Amino acid sequence: MSSRITISIAACCLATVASAEVTFERLLNAADEPYNWLNYSGTYDNQRYSRLDQVTRQNVDELELQWIWQARSLEKFEATPLVVDGILYTVQAPNDIVALDAATGRVFWTFNYENLPEARACCGRVNRGLAIHGETLFMGTIDAHLVAVDAISGQLKWREKVAEARDFYSITMTPLVVEDKVFIGTGGGDGGANGVIAAYDVETGRELWRFHTIPRPGEPGNETWSGDSWRTGGAAVWNHAAYDPETRLAFWGTGNPAPDWDGSVRLGDNLYSDSVVALDIDTGELAWYYQFTPHDELDYDSTQVPILADVEWEGELRKAMLWANRNGLMYLLDRTTGEFLHGKPFVSVNWMDGFDENGRPNQVRFPTPEGTEFRPHVHGATNWAPSAYSPRTGLYYVSHWEDSATVAVAGQFPRAAGINTRQTAMGQIDQQRFFNDEDEAHGVVRAYDPETLDQVWEHKMADITWAGTLATAGDLVFGGGREGYFFALDAESGELLWRAAVGGQVNAGPMSYAIDGKQYIAVAAGNALFTFALR
Amino acid sequence: MRKTKFLVATVTVVFASLGGRAAAQHATPFDIRDGERAFISSCANCHGPDGNLIEGIDFGRGIYRSELGDDAIVNIILNGIPDTPMPPTPSMSEEQARRIVTYLRAWSAEGRVELEGDAARGRAVFFGDGECTDCHAVAGIGARHGPDLSRIGRERRAVELETALLDPGQIVQPTGRTYTVTLPDGEVVSGRLLNHDTFTVQIIDTSDRLRSFVKAELSDHGFAETPMPAYGDTLSREQITDLVSYLASLTGDTNE
Repeated sequence: MSSRITISIAACCLATVASAEVTFERLLNAADEPYNWLNYSGTYDNQRYSRLDQVTRQNVDELELQWIWQARSLEKFEATPLVVDGILYTVQAPNDIVALDAATGRVFWTFNYENLPEARACCGRVNRGLAIHGETLFMGTIDAHLVAVDAISGQLKWREKVAEARDFYSITMTPLVVEDKVFIGTGGGDGGANGVIAAYDVETGRELWRFHTIPRPGEPGNETWSGDSWRTGGAAVWNHAAYDPETRLAFWGTGNPAPDWDGSVRLGDNLYSDSVVALDIDTGELAWYYQFTPHDELDYDSTQVPILADVEWEGELRKAMLWANRNGLMYLLDRTTGEFLHGKPFVSVNWMDGFDENGRPNQVRFPTPEGTEFRPHVHGATNWAPSAYSPRTGLYYVSHWEDSATVAVAGQFPRAAGINTRQTAMGQIDQQRFFNDEDEAHGVVRAYDPETLDQVWEHKMADITWAGTLATAGDLVFGGGREGYFFALDAESGELLWRAAVGGQVNAGPMSYAIDGKQYIAVAAGNALFTFALR
Repeated sequence: MRKTKFLVATVTVVFASLGGRAAAQHATPFDIRDGERAFISSCANCHGPDGNLIEGIDFGRGIYRSELGDDAIVNIILNGIPDTPMPPTPSMSEEQARRIVTYLRAWSAEGRVELEGDAARGRAVFFGDGECTDCHAVAGIGARHGPDLSRIGRERRAVELETALLDPGQIVQPTGRTYTVTLPDGEVVSGRLLNHDTFTVQIIDTSDRLRSFVKAELSDHGFAETPMPAYGDTLSREQITDLVSYLASLTGDTNE
C-alpha cells in the first residue's frame, strides 16, 4: 500500500478561474491536479482514482445533493464529465456538448450537433464523454465523425469523417488525446462494420494514421478469417483506451467478430476481434496483441476499459494491465510485451476450463442447434462500464453481473436462461420494476487482489448493474446500478456506508473534482447528472 | 411435454382468423422467414429474441404499447420513434420492413386456438363457483392483489391459461410472484410483488393495500409459493374449458 497522500484542496484550487490551456503535460500529470478530471478516467492509466480525500469513510454519511443537471434526452446517460478549472463538460446524448459551472450546475453554453439522418447505433444513441487538449474539446459522433469544439465559446472548430454512417459505422466512445494527436475508434461491429482506430492532428483534424482491427489480405492475421469473411468481420472499437507514456503505447479493446452468432461462416481465430491491441502512438503500428476469446460466437466484446497498474507478480513488480472481461475471465497482462501472466474466472464460467501456457483459453462448450447454456450471459460478466483501482489499497474494483447465463443456439441470437428475461435487457434510463429472486442474475461490486485475482470483498445488489466504479483517497469506492441507487463502500471492507436514491438507472462511471476547497462526487443517472458534497 | 395434459382441443392455427391483418393474409412462407431473419439481425438486440424485452411490448403475443396497423409499424421500423431509443433504419427498404411486420403478425398468431368452451358460461364460473374475483379483477370488478386479468386473452395463450388453472405453480410469471415479509412484531404480510431492490420491497397485500418495506427492518422476508389454488379437483372439466374460453376472450377492448 502506498503512503497516504493528503491533498490540501483549499491550497490547490481557487474559485472558478479563467481556464488555462490543458497542455499535454497537464494531461500526463493529471493525478497531480485532483481538483480537475481531465480525461474519461481521470488519468491515462484509467485507474479512475481520485486523490481527493475530503470525503472519507468517517464523514461520507454527510454527503448531500449539491445540484442536478437534467439532460434534454431520453437516451441512456453514459458520459463521464470532464472538469477543467471549475468548468464541467459533459455530453447530452446523442452528441450535444454542455459546459456547466461545476459548483452550481448553471449552463454556460450548449453545442448542438445534428447527426446525419443515416446515423444508427446498434444499442442506443449514446456517448461516453469527451477529451480535451488546449482549449479544444473532442467528441466522436453517432454518424461516425470526430468533432473539435472550442471549450470557451462552444463553437465548432473542425469536423472530420472517420467512417461512413451509411455503412453502419458509429462512434460512442471517448476520444484519447496524447501530445498533439487525438485518437478515436469506430463502432458498428454487430452490423459487420470493421473496426478502425485513427489518429488526427488536434489542431487541423488531418488524419495521421489508421489501424484496421481486422487485417487485410497480405497482412498478418488475415489468414485467421476463412474466405472473404474478414470483409465484414466487425471487431469494433467502442470504449476508452489507456496510454502508457513509458512505452508510448496506447491500448484499445476490440469487439466481437461478426456475424455475432454464426461462426461457421468465419472459421478461424478471427483476429483481432475480442482482443487488446497495443499501438505505437506515432505510427499506429501494432506492437502486440492478446486475444481474450478466439473465434467468439457469444458476443463477448473485449471493450472493457483497460487499467494500467504496477503489480507484484511472482516476486517481481510488473508493469501490468488489469482486465475483467465480458467473457467472465479476469486477466493480468504485462503491458509492455502483452505477455499473459495470469487469468481466472471471476464469475461462473462454463465455456472454458483453463489456459495453455500462452494464455489461450481451452473452450469446452459450443453453441448447438438445440441450444447450450453458457455462463456468463451474452451481455457478459462485465460490459463497458469502467472499473477502478486504488493505489492506496492496492485493490481492483469491478462492477459486474453474477449468475448470469444464456442459451446459445447455433447461428441465432442467444436466449435467456430462465423465465425472467429481464436479465438480458440493455440498460435504460428509468427505474424499472424488478421481480428477480436470488437465484437469478444480480449485480455486484467486488474488490479483487490484482496479483491473485482473488475476490477480497463483495457488495451485492438485487438487480444487475451497468454502472462503473470510482476509488478515492478517502478510502471509498463509489458505484451504482440499474435499480437507481448511487452508493459509497468502504474500499477496504466493502461495507455500505452511504447511498442515495437517484430515481433512474446509473449507467455511467462516477468521478470526483473540487471547487474552492470542496470535494464533489458526480455521476450520471437516469437522464440527469447528480453532484454530491459534504453538507 | 406440457401439451399432453391440456384439455383444450381442436387446435387450429389461425392464420385465417387474423382479420384485418393484411400482411399476414398474403404472407408467403418466404416473407415470414425473411422477416424473421431481418428481425433477428435488426431488432432482436434491443427487443430480445423473444420480442419481449421492452416493457409493454411482447411481439410473440401481439402486445404493443398501442394498437398499431401494419403501415404504422412499417413507419416505425423505417423512421424510428423520435425522443425514444427506437432508432430509424434508413438502410432498410420498405419491402423489408413489411416482411418484418409479416413475421411479427405470423409469430403472434402461432399457437392461437379455436376454443371448445362457452365463454359466457366461463364468465359465470369466474364470478361464481370459481371465486376468481377473490384475488383477480376484470375491468375493475374483483380484488386487485392477484394479477389483473382484463387483457389476459392478449397476454396468454389458451394452453397457458389452462396450465395456470390446473397447475398454477408450474409457470408463474415474474410479475405474478408472491412475496412474504415478517414484521418485528411477528405480523406476517403477504402479497403480489410489485417491485424490490437491494434495500426495499413493494407489494400489494391480500387486503389490496400498497405496502413498502425496508428489508433491513424486517424479521424475515422472501419469495413464497403462489397462493393460486389448483382447480382440477374443484371445478369440472367442462367448467375449466369454459373458463379458459372466457379468459381467452378478455382483450381489454370491452368492459369485460
